[in-house]
Amino acid sequence: MTAAISVRGLSKIYGRLSAVRELDLDVGYGEIFAILGPNGAGKTTTIEILEGHRRRDAGQVHVLGEDPGTAGRSWRARIGIVLQEVSDFGMLTVLETVRMFAKCYGKARIPEELLELVGLASSSASRVRTLSGGQRRRLDVALGIISEPELLFLDEPTTGFDPEARRQFWQIIRLLADDGTTILLTTHYLEEAAALADRVAVMAGGRLTAVDSPARLTAHANSVATVRWMEGTVLHVEQTDHPTELIRQRSTDGSELAQLTVSRPSLEDAYLHLIGLA
Amino acid sequence: MAIEPVDSAVEPRHRAEVPGQALPSAVRIGLSRVVPELKMFYRRPEQVVLTFSMPAVICLLLGSIFTAKLPGTDTSTGAVIAASMLAYGILSTSFVNLGIGIAADRETGALRRLRGTPATASSYFIGKIMLVAIASLAEAIILLSVGVLFFRLHLPTNVFGWLTLTWVFLLGIVSCSLLGIFVSNLVSNALSAAVITNGPAVGLQFLSGTYVPLMVLPTWMLIVGSIFPIKWMAQGFRSVLLPPELAAFEPAGSWEHGRIFLVLAAWGAVGLLACLSVFRWSDQD
Repeated sequence: MTAAISVRGLSKIYGRLSAVRELDLDVGYGEIFAILGPNGAGKTTTIEILEGHRRRDAGQVHVLGEDPGTAGRSWRARIGIVLQEVSDFGMLTVLETVRMFAKCYGKARIPEELLELVGLASSSASRVRTLSGGQRRRLDVALGIISEPELLFLDEPTTGFDPEARRQFWQIIRLLADDGTTILLTTHYLEEAAALADRVAVMAGGRLTAVDSPARLTAHANSVATVRWMEGTVLHVEQTDHPTELIRQRSTDGSELAQLTVSRPSLEDAYLHLIGLA
Repeated sequence: MAIEPVDSAVEPRHRAEVPGQALPSAVRIGLSRVVPELKMFYRRPEQVVLTFSMPAVICLLLGSIFTAKLPGTDTSTGAVIAASMLAYGILSTSFVNLGIGIAADRETGALRRLRGTPATASSYFIGKIMLVAIASLAEAIILLSVGVLFFRLHLPTNVFGWLTLTWVFLLGIVSCSLLGIFVSNLVSNALSAAVITNGPAVGLQFLSGTYVPLMVLPTWMLIVGSIFPIKWMAQGFRSVLLPPELAAFEPAGSWEHGRIFLVLAAWGAVGLLACLSVFRWSDQD
């Protein structure tokens, strides 16, 4: 089976700025795939090209087997898009907005059930402009999944959320993924990529610097463990591939090593390494 | 760095595509947007009050200032202005309303979001055009009521009069709407759109015979005003709402129905071409 998303040599230039350079990417059907990177890395430009919202300057792009630049209405019924910043339809109520968008599709979820699913049922009669940031984002997701899309794009879905709201949001995403929806999300939160994604692409300066599972991405960057302990007032730091052996040697007399820690590089270390900041 | 192929075996949890029902047509999606568009319009009271009361209030004020009868007739200058004011009313419900509304939809992301669905540009415009049609009809009823009650305008008494009123009204809405859509593409936000639509709209009133009767205008103003559609819309409305002998006070000495039709149709055609060449879903490429 072909991939849900297949990208070869994608480039996008704004004036003199190369926002995306020679990007290759494959996302399989049913995958949750995260593009992780700092602001300005080219994540949004990339996802917008895949959504058909932006023209590309070079490269081949196939999304659900079609070129987003020329794909038609039936293709758009198969994808769902959660845009980064929207403030539209403030004067309609939540339910009115959902109903209006349901009319755009041949098959659509039942609006009341959809609002239940994203946790907005109690706000269905509220005007959209009175919603909090988190509620607003839930509505965005509701509109994105209204037609039960095969592929869902989420552009920085939880930016500005408090940790509690973020965790609740992740639950919704996992629910959709369990249902078989392929999900491509961009984020600049490491823990979000680690918590949700089957595979993570790290993006910096318009290029992908690595693509792998969150765990293996960490292993890629640095497999060495760091052992720290105190001897008197002196801090010892040693990097080794065999931390157990090191500790056994240091405590042959059975003595306790003061303030002993063994640490592996976190995803954050790996990430900083990959975007060239460490 | 080379990118490895998909090697982590992902469970085949992808839901097979269920053959869904056929997509609704662009027209059907468009019609489903009419009621939401109306709600979004009337839930902004300040916008509603401004759109509907401004022409009526200005009509009453100017009509009360110009009370003198035109020489040799039983018709006041105020009545001439009241008949012409219908053109201003339509201009504000079509040109100004659409120019600002579409720029706002682009600014808030409403257009981008819609673009990600099977809705088409025509679906969007059907909703907008119906909004304009309904708002313009309401505006016309308000202004005709003011004219009949306060300035003794006469509604047409024959089929020909109603026919003329209808086509001037429709061609006026179409040409002004298209110009509004065009203008919305020249600006990046609703605030600029308000300036770029209201500015010319108010300025043109002075040149088009809606604020000041055409017979007192200097020739150059008349010429400039004659380029734009409002002068011709106003002339068309005067031709059916004023007594026939008032034709003598028109710049040409007659109502010029043929020319009104041609000018408004030409503006419609130019507006359509301009819109087709510049319409953008979003503010970026």
